[in-house]
Amino acid sequence: MDSAALEPSLYTVKAVFILDNDGNRLLSKYYDPELYPSMKEQKNFEMNVFNKTHKADNEISFLEGMTIVYKSSIDLFFYVAGSAQENELMLMAVLNCLFESLSQMLRKNVEKRTLLDNMDGVFLVVDEIIDGGVILESDPQQVIEKVNYRADDNPLSEQSVAQVLNTKRTNIKNSTRTHTDTAMINFPSF
Amino acid sequence: MIKKFDKKDEESGSGSNPFQHLEKSAVLQEARIFNETPINPRRCLHILTKIIYLLNQGEHFGTTEATEAFFAMTRLFQSNDQTLRRMCYLTIKEMANISEDVIIVTSSLTKDMTGKEDVYRGPAIRALCRITDTTMLQAIERYMKQAIVDKVPSVSSSALVSSLHMVKMSFDVVKRWVNEAQEAASSDNIMVQYHALGLLYHLRKNDRLAVTKMLNKFTKSGLKSPFAYCMMIRIASKLLEETEGGHDSPLFDFIESCLRNKHEMVVYEAASAIVHMPKCTARELAPAVSVLQLFCSSPKAALRYAAVRTLNKVAMKHPSAVTACNLDLENLITDSNRSIATLAITTLLKTGSESSVDRLMKQISSFVSEISDEFKVVVVQAISALCQKYPRKHSVMMNFLSNMLRDDGGFEYKRAIVDCIISIIEENPESKETGLAHLCEFIEDCEHTVLATKILHMLGKEGPRTPTPSKYIRFIFNRVVLESEAVRAAAVSALAKFGAQNDDLLPSVLVLMQRCMMDSDDEVRDRATFYMNVLQQKQKALNAAYIFNGLSVSVPGLEKSLHQYTLEPSEKPFDMKTVPLATAPITEQKTEIAPMATSKLPEKLAPARQDIYQEQLAAIPEFKGLGPLFKSSEPVQLTEAETEYVVRCIKHTFANHMIFQFDCTNTLNDQLLQRVQVQMEPSESYEVLHYVPAPSLHYSQPNSCYSLVRLPEDDPTAVSCTFSCTMKYLVRDCDPNTGEPDDDGYDDEYVLEDLEVTVADHIQKVLKPNFGAAWEEIGDEFEKEETFALATVRTLDEAVNNIISFLGMQPCERSDKVPENKNSHVLFLAGVFRGGHDVLVRARLALADGVTMQVTVRSTDENVVDVILASVG
Repeated sequence: MDSAALEPSLYTVKAVFILDNDGNRLLSKYYDPELYPSMKEQKNFEMNVFNKTHKADNEISFLEGMTIVYKSSIDLFFYVAGSAQENELMLMAVLNCLFESLSQMLRKNVEKRTLLDNMDGVFLVVDEIIDGGVILESDPQQVIEKVNYRADDNPLSEQSVAQVLNTKRTNIKNSTRTHTDTAMINFPSF
Repeated sequence: MIKKFDKKDEESGSGSNPFQHLEKSAVLQEARIFNETPINPRRCLHILTKIIYLLNQGEHFGTTEATEAFFAMTRLFQSNDQTLRRMCYLTIKEMANISEDVIIVTSSLTKDMTGKEDVYRGPAIRALCRITDTTMLQAIERYMKQAIVDKVPSVSSSALVSSLHMVKMSFDVVKRWVNEAQEAASSDNIMVQYHALGLLYHLRKNDRLAVTKMLNKFTKSGLKSPFAYCMMIRIASKLLEETEGGHDSPLFDFIESCLRNKHEMVVYEAASAIVHMPKCTARELAPAVSVLQLFCSSPKAALRYAAVRTLNKVAMKHPSAVTACNLDLENLITDSNRSIATLAITTLLKTGSESSVDRLMKQISSFVSEISDEFKVVVVQAISALCQKYPRKHSVMMNFLSNMLRDDGGFEYKRAIVDCIISIIEENPESKETGLAHLCEFIEDCEHTVLATKILHMLGKEGPRTPTPSKYIRFIFNRVVLESEAVRAAAVSALAKFGAQNDDLLPSVLVLMQRCMMDSDDEVRDRATFYMNVLQQKQKALNAAYIFNGLSVSVPGLEKSLHQYTLEPSEKPFDMKTVPLATAPITEQKTEIAPMATSKLPEKLAPARQDIYQEQLAAIPEFKGLGPLFKSSEPVQLTEAETEYVVRCIKHTFANHMIFQFDCTNTLNDQLLQRVQVQMEPSESYEVLHYVPAPSLHYSQPNSCYSLVRLPEDDPTAVSCTFSCTMKYLVRDCDPNTGEPDDDGYDDEYVLEDLEVTVADHIQKVLKPNFGAAWEEIGDEFEKEETFALATVRTLDEAVNNIISFLGMQPCERSDKVPENKNSHVLFLAGVFRGGHDVLVRARLALADGVTMQVTVRSTDENVVDVILASVG
C-alpha cells in the first residue's frame, strides 16, 4: 500500500462523523467525493465502523482501507477518518479539537440531548475545524472564539435564579410571543 | 403551528432526538416565516438547522423546493444576528449544488467579506468561493488578494484554503496570487503559515526548482506550525525520491533534524518518511527506529499504533533493524487495542526466532475473532511469510489457518487464507493431504465463486497424485450438484483430471461425466462432452495435451490471430503455431506483501509486457511480415549506470529474425542528439538487414532505435552470437536552460558494451502443470542424452540456478527447489523453441566433488535437441 507514497497535500481528512449509541448518524461530512458517493454507502460504512468500534474505547482503528480515530462520550461517538498513509497524530489533533470545542461549547455536557439542542453550534464548529478536508483550525480555544456561539441555557437547575432572570429578561425584550410562553412554562419548575 | 412545534419538542423527553421525526414538507412549510417582518432570529435559526440536518441525513430536495427555500433564506441577510448569519453561510454551501441561481447571494457575501465584522469575513469568503466559477472568480480577484494578506488570521486562512480548493478549477487565476501567498507564509499565525505553504506547493509542484527554493527558504526561516513541518517533510521526501538523492543530501539532513522536533506529530512524520525511503540502509534507519521504539510505550493509543505500524513495515525489509525493539513489542502483544496487538505480533513473527512462533501464535489465536478483516489479512500474510522462513512449522500454521477458515470473514480475508494454504501445500509435500482436506471442507460451504474454482483447480492438479485420490471425488461431485455454473464447470475439469490420471477411477468418472452432460448450462455440458470423448480414447498423449497441460498461448494473442484469420478466409486450417505464446507467469514473484492491501482499488488487467512490444513493433513499417513476436528478453544494460548516455537493449525474437531495441537516454542537458542508431558487428553469420534510427534524443527523454537481424537459415544450430555495438549520432550543442540547439552539429560515436545472443533468447518458458504427462506425450523419437561434469559448481542449488538461467526454460513441478541435505536432484524444464517446437529437458544432478549432470532432451524437432545439447556442452 505504500507503493504510492503520500502526495504532499493539505487534504488530510476524508470524513468526519458523529453517531449516537445506536450507530445513527447525527452529523456526517465526507470530503473526498470519490469515497462513498452515495448516501447508502456512507451509512453502511458508518454502521460498519460503529459495529467494530463501539464496544471498546480504543481510540484508533483501521477499517475499509482507512485510518479511523475515534472517541466516545456518554451516548455519543466521534469519528475522524483519513487515508491509510495519513499521519495518525494529525487525525488525532482534529478529533481532539472537535471534542474539546464541543465540550466547551456544551459546557462539558457532551451527550446526545444537549448536542442536538445546540445542533446549529455543532454544525458551525465542524465548519470552523475542517474546510473541504483541509484542517482549518486545530486549537479549540480559537474555534470557540470564531464560532462565538452561546449554548442554549438548558438545564435550569445548574444556574442561579439571577442568571435565568437575566437571560429571560433580555429574551423578552427583543422577542415575540413564543419566548414569553417558554418563560412561563419554565418558571413553575423552579 | 408554532405552539404545536414547541410542544412536540417538550414532549420528546431527554435523550431522544428532537429531529427524529422531521418531515421535509413540514420544515419547508415552516421556512415561510423567513418572509415575515420583523425577522425572528431564534425561530429562523431553528428552521435553518432543521434544513441542514435533513440535508445531512441524506434527505433529497427537489430543485424547485430547494431553490424556493434558498431564495427565502436570502432575506435573512437583513438580520444582524451573528449565529443566524453564519448558518446562512452554511446553508449556501450545503445548497450550492442543489438549488438554482445560488449566485444571487454573491453581492451579499462580497459585502460581508470586505465588511467590518471580522467574525463574518472568513466564513463569507469560504461560502463565496463555494458558489464561484472561473469567470466570476476574476471579478472578486482583487478582494481575494487582499484577503490572503489580511492581518486577521481567520480571514487569511479562509482565503488561502478557498484558493486551494479552486486550484483544480481555475489554476491560471489562482496562480497569479503567488506573491500574496508568499507574504502570508511569513505570518506569525501557525495555521496561516500552514495553509500558505500548502497553497504555494500546489501552485508550484510541477516546477521542481521552485519547490526546492521554497523548501530551502522555509527550512532556514523555521516555521512554527507542526502541520507545516509535516507538509515540508512530505515535500522533501518526495523531492528526494524524484532526484534519487542519497542521505548526504541537505533534504535528508532536514528530515533527520525533524526527529528532534518538540512535536510528536513532526517526529513521527520524519521517522515514517525515513522508513519509507526506497534505498534506506540500516544505519540511516537506526535513529528513526529508536524514536519509534520510544513511542511504543506512549500512553496514547494512536501514537503506539502509529509506531508499531511503521515498525511492522520496517520489519519487512530490514527485520534486523527492528530486533532492538523486540522487548517493547512484547509489551504490546497484550494491548487492549487489538489492532496494536496484532501489528506487534505480526512484527515479532517477522523478527523473532523460530522458538517464539508457537507462543505468539497462541497469543494471537486468543483474540483473532475480535479484530477487523483488514488485520486478519495482515496476520495471514505474516503466517505466509513465516512458512517460507521456517518450513518445519507448517503443521502449527496449517491448524491455525484451518480454524481461521472456519470463522466468519469477507472475501479478501478468505482469499488470503486460501492463497496461504495453497502456497504451503506447494512448498511442503508432507502437508499436502491435510491442506487439501481443509480446502475440501471449505468449499463445502463457500460463497465465493472465485475461491471455489481456484480450489477445484488445485484439487484437480494435486488430488490425482495423492495416495488415495478417490476420497476427493465426493467433494468435487457435490459441487456439480449444488453450485453455480462457473463452479460446476471447474468441478467438471477437476473430475476429468482424476479420470485421466487414475485408471481405476476412470469408469466411475465416466459415469459422473455422463451426468454432467445433462447439465443446464452450456459451458458445463461442453466441457463434460469434450472430456468424455478425450477420456474414452484412453490415450496418454491425448490426456496430456488436452486435460493436464492446457493451451500455452497468450489469450489476447489468440483472439487477435483468430480475428485476423476470419477476416482473410483461406483454405488452410488455422495454425496454432502462429499465435504468440503466453509469457510464463512468473509465479515465484513473491513481491513485498503489502499489509492491509488497498483492497478498494480495482485490479486493472494490465496487458502483458510482450503484447505491448508486439503492438509497438508492428507500428514500424520496416518490421512488417516477421510473423508473431516469439519472445522479448529482459533489458540488458550496455553502458555503466552513470555515463553520458545510458543505453539498454531488449532482444525481440521472431521465427527467423531478431529485432534489437535500444532504449537510449541522453543525460547531458547541453546536448541534443539526432539520427541516433546503434551499429552492430556480428561474430557469426548473422546478417543485419535494417537500422531504424531514433530521429532525436533530447535531454532526459528516452527514445528507442532498432536493428533488424536475420538469423542464419542454413545452420539452425548457430544460436549464439556476439555483437559489438557502437552508437552513432549527430551532436548539436544546446543551451542547458532553454534547450535551444545550435544550428550545426557534428557526427560522433560512442562505444557500447558487447551484446550476447544466447540459446535462452530462442526459447520461451512454458509451464507444464503435469510434466510427466507432457514427457510421455512428446515421446522418445528425438530423445538424446548426454552426461556432463560441472567441475566449478559446488552445490546443487547453484547448478540448478545456472541451468535454468542458461537455458531460459520454465522449471516444472517445483523442481527448481532443491530439498535440504540431499546429494541428488532431478530438474524438469519445459519450453518452446523458436518456430513452435516443444522442448523438454530432464536433468539428473548428483553431487560428488563437483556436480555431475545427466541431461535428457526431448522435442518434436530433431534440430532443437541438437541445439540444446550443443549449447550445454
